Amino acid sequence: MDSNKRKELKVSAIRNGTVIDHIPSGKSFQVIKILNLKTDKNQIYFGTGLDSKKFGKKGIIKISDKYFADEEISKIALVAPSATLIEITDYEVTKKEKVSLPDKVEKIVKCFNPKCVTNIQEVSTKFNVISDHKGEMKLACHYCEKTMGKENIEFF
Amino acid sequence: MEKLVGRSLVSITDYSKEEILHILDLAEDFERNQRQRLLDNYVVSSLFFEPSTRTRLSFESAVQYMGGSIIGFASADTSSVRKGESLKDTILTVSCYSDLIVMRNPMDGSARYASEVSPVPIINAGDGANQHPTQCLLDLYSIRKTQGSLDNIHIAMIGDLKYGRTVHSLVQALTLFGATFHFVSPESLKMPSSVKTTIKNAGLEYHQYTDIMDIMPIADILYMTRIQGERFPDPMEYEKVKNSYILDNKMLSSSKDTMRVLHPLPRVNEISEDVDDNPKAYYFQQAKNGVYVRQALIAAILGLK
Repeated sequence: MDSNKRKELKVSAIRNGTVIDHIPSGKSFQVIKILNLKTDKNQIYFGTGLDSKKFGKKGIIKISDKYFADEEISKIALVAPSATLIEITDYEVTKKEKVSLPDKVEKIVKCFNPKCVTNIQEVSTKFNVISDHKGEMKLACHYCEKTMGKENIEFF
Repeated sequence: MEKLVGRSLVSITDYSKEEILHILDLAEDFERNQRQRLLDNYVVSSLFFEPSTRTRLSFESAVQYMGGSIIGFASADTSSVRKGESLKDTILTVSCYSDLIVMRNPMDGSARYASEVSPVPIINAGDGANQHPTQCLLDLYSIRKTQGSLDNIHIAMIGDLKYGRTVHSLVQALTLFGATFHFVSPESLKMPSSVKTTIKNAGLEYHQYTDIMDIMPIADILYMTRIQGERFPDPMEYEKVKNSYILDNKMLSSSKDTMRVLHPLPRVNEISEDVDDNPKAYYFQQAKNGVYVRQALIAAILGLK
């Protein structure tokens, strides 16, 4: 058992960088897409459909020599609200926290309303993050005041 | 009220209950004495990127009753927008020529954006399907005037409750005053759940009906709206319901004596002309109230009252 565990760590441990853990099953590819990791030169390991005590199945992404800015963390939170972000420096965990939805989301998401001024003129988008009567996350456009659910979220 | 000076009005929710009541009180003053030359040497811009009769003319009338000058355009065709000028550039330029900008624009959210780039205050005269706060203020003024108070009224809203922006804003505003809401509409044009959530969160009640006669004895206000055929996904469904939401004089016999019929206008056929002579018909007076309310708003924002 012990030797197997060590072996697994050897393959997947990163010296410096970020681990995005507890990604809901099926969302790993979307996280890779919104963070533009496909074109990234850094070493990336990822797994999906992994067993998780908490979630049943989960995804995990490990990116060497990369740390994320708040704007990127907001994107992760919108797609994978249950994700945990772990920062690694010299094989040590230096920071570990659950991603949290910001109160406001600016410039990263398109408004789904084609008649919204942000889709017609050069205006940066701005949304308030709210929850509806069922407790589901919604984005309310600061300009056109329309609210959209997760299913309508499209990143720039 | 100092807090209103220099501030844009984009959405009715920008104003508190006290601020709304302050505007209505000022409007009452303008109804008593309409010709007050408060705007001598002031210039107001009226930028209408899409056509409007009532709103544009009542704003222009409001400015002129107060002795101010008005500049602007009545359609995007006669402005630099046709040459491809951005809204930001139009607003920044026009703000050099005037103290206040009244704007109607077909883009949803354009008024909020204009208010963020403009150095002078903006009054939203309708931004696409989004907000039309001066209509809401004149509706509130008309309700208070006919009922004596805005508190705890029973309001029935009839027709297209799904897409009608005036009814959505009016609901938002009336939740501040403890109203009970009665919604009468065809199944496919019911009030959106987000509006109903606003009512529930305010601890108030709403009821839904499909038959207009059900609310007749209860309502203090009948707020009629136009049902547009193109809103129906199925033309057959429109044919079925189109005559069910037409108000005629006979139907009013079971209503309260103090009940009044409101309509944001233009009407097409949803109120028969035989209602016009009934003392319960209030929609043309409602349109007139729009001038007093707009005078009040302009005077308050420019700090002249």
